[in-house]
Amino acid sequence: MAKILNASREWVDARFPMTKLWDEHLAKYYAPKNFNFWYYFGSLALMMLVLQILTGIFLATNYKPDAQMAFASVEYIMRDVDYGWLIRYLHSTGASFFFIAVYLHMFRALLYGSYRKPRELIWIIGMFIYVCLMAESFLGYLLPWGQMSYWGAQVILSLFGAIPIIGEDLAIWVRGDFVIADATLNRFFIYHVVAVPMVLLGLAVVHIIALHEVGSNNPDGIEIKKNKDPKTGIPLDGIPFHPYYSVKDIVGVTVFLILFSAVVFYAPELGGYFLEANNFFPADSMQTPEHIAPLWYFTPFYAILRAVPDKLMGVIAMGGSIVILFALPWLDRSPVKSIRYKGPIFKFALFLFVIAFFGLCYLGMQAPTATKTLFAQIFSVIYFGFFLLMPFYSKIDKTKPVPERLT
Amino acid sequence: MKKLITTLILLLPSIGFASGGVALQHVNNDLTDNDSLKAGAQLFVDYCSGCHSADYVRFQRIGKDIGISDEELLKDFMFSADKVGETMSIAMDKADSKKWFGVTPPDLSVISRSRGTDWLYTYMMSFYLDPSRPFGVNNLIFPDVGMPHVMWDRQGWQEAVYEEHDGHKVITSLKLIGSKDKAEQYKKDVTDLVNFLDYIGEPAKLQRLALGWKVILFLFIFLIFAILLKKEYWKDIH
Repeated sequence: MAKILNASREWVDARFPMTKLWDEHLAKYYAPKNFNFWYYFGSLALMMLVLQILTGIFLATNYKPDAQMAFASVEYIMRDVDYGWLIRYLHSTGASFFFIAVYLHMFRALLYGSYRKPRELIWIIGMFIYVCLMAESFLGYLLPWGQMSYWGAQVILSLFGAIPIIGEDLAIWVRGDFVIADATLNRFFIYHVVAVPMVLLGLAVVHIIALHEVGSNNPDGIEIKKNKDPKTGIPLDGIPFHPYYSVKDIVGVTVFLILFSAVVFYAPELGGYFLEANNFFPADSMQTPEHIAPLWYFTPFYAILRAVPDKLMGVIAMGGSIVILFALPWLDRSPVKSIRYKGPIFKFALFLFVIAFFGLCYLGMQAPTATKTLFAQIFSVIYFGFFLLMPFYSKIDKTKPVPERLT
Repeated sequence: MKKLITTLILLLPSIGFASGGVALQHVNNDLTDNDSLKAGAQLFVDYCSGCHSADYVRFQRIGKDIGISDEELLKDFMFSADKVGETMSIAMDKADSKKWFGVTPPDLSVISRSRGTDWLYTYMMSFYLDPSRPFGVNNLIFPDVGMPHVMWDRQGWQEAVYEEHDGHKVITSLKLIGSKDKAEQYKKDVTDLVNFLDYIGEPAKLQRLALGWKVILFLFIFLIFAILLKKEYWKDIH
């Protein structure tokens, strides 16, 4: 038996680099041995991507991208399709959990300087994944064709109208109609199920290839490749990803799935944060809801948009709040990578940033008042200040000496 | 009634989404109570489904979920449909009903999910006499609603109690005219009806709640083995 298996492997290896790929990315990929809690979220995000694709395929088998039928087809899935409700809740809850995983994954990079040289490209590819993910969720949110789907898309697409000269025409071109309509639903469906997922999958692969080329960062921000065993050439502080991190990630996956299942089975709407009550009203182009707010993962940026009084400047600020993240590798001038060795200024700045981010997230959900807008403006200034002032405060900050080896 | 409705300030004519600032009354409905669901279904077909469709709801599914036989469904619950596999749609033309009521009566399949059960309960409790309206009634939490008080024979009529606030007449509470004998029964009727609406809003809810803990229990047991496996592999890493 073993002989046959061996022979089969050799047969494949002569034609496809199966063992080579396995070794390079799993069995002989040496990762630092001190990964902590924050390092679960990369594999979790990957798992959520796979889950969204699988549940999405099952949903698409019964969903109808037609303005007359879309809302009813979702209810058909919820009622008449066996376990359709489960697939649908996995997908709708999955979207939010995907964002939770991605936000924590990005925050990890912020904590330990994972975007610093030589990992600038990994960060930039990751940012492209994040932007694609936002597009993907925005497109998907139109599909249930409820009031929030409809008016949320109406609000966001009308932002194109703020662009001078070509704005209005551009908005019509994207919508395929003068308002959100059947044509919009049809194209959003195909972008959501084919176009963007293809790009997402491709980017995820490129993200991992780039990571495995330079090797993983770690909570100490030390390059483990600097200290290799002279005989084997293996980093002294490295351990093979498989089996060490594969078995460790199973623990993380299980805990994550427990939390995920709790929401899927016991609070799929999560009090309106994951599924909004207003979205159970079918889309009605004649009736604008009193209060339109995007889902929680967009609200920080929505709050920035509304914090600026001028529409065009608001759109620029919102765009800028995403674009500025791309520049992060060059904004951080600290001599050390990890927060463990960074000084008090950076820690305080990060603390302010986290408060501002959560603050904006909350304010973006609320109907604006004068006080709330003022707070949104303060938080927006902190948000941009964190990045724009980073070249200065990270340079003058007092850092601690970085040890040679992992602690 | 009086303790249930708190002070309110009539806001601008609402577009029909808000509760107009009225505190909602909490409804204690029980999705596992089949008698209540059945009573609610009966009320629904007797009072609601003349005008309101529930286009995504199938009679047969209701029968299966809350224990009504096909024969019983055909006899007591289905007045226009003749096959149990049909949905609770209505014959009333949408354009006609718009002419008659000013607005097409909304489909009620997922009304419990969009409005919430407390809203529905409060709504059914809040009709009061208002001669200025076409059907002679208005509703506290849905001002200028197009719907008549269809269950008046079960509740009786309520009138509004007004108070002057800065020159505005404000409704402070609703008062039942005449006998209060039926008040308790009406509360039960509305609870049953809301219970039924809650059920048709998400028929799989009970299935979901019943499956969830099994999945989570499995994951917890799996977690023990996952942790042991991790410890076994990692014992030589320092």
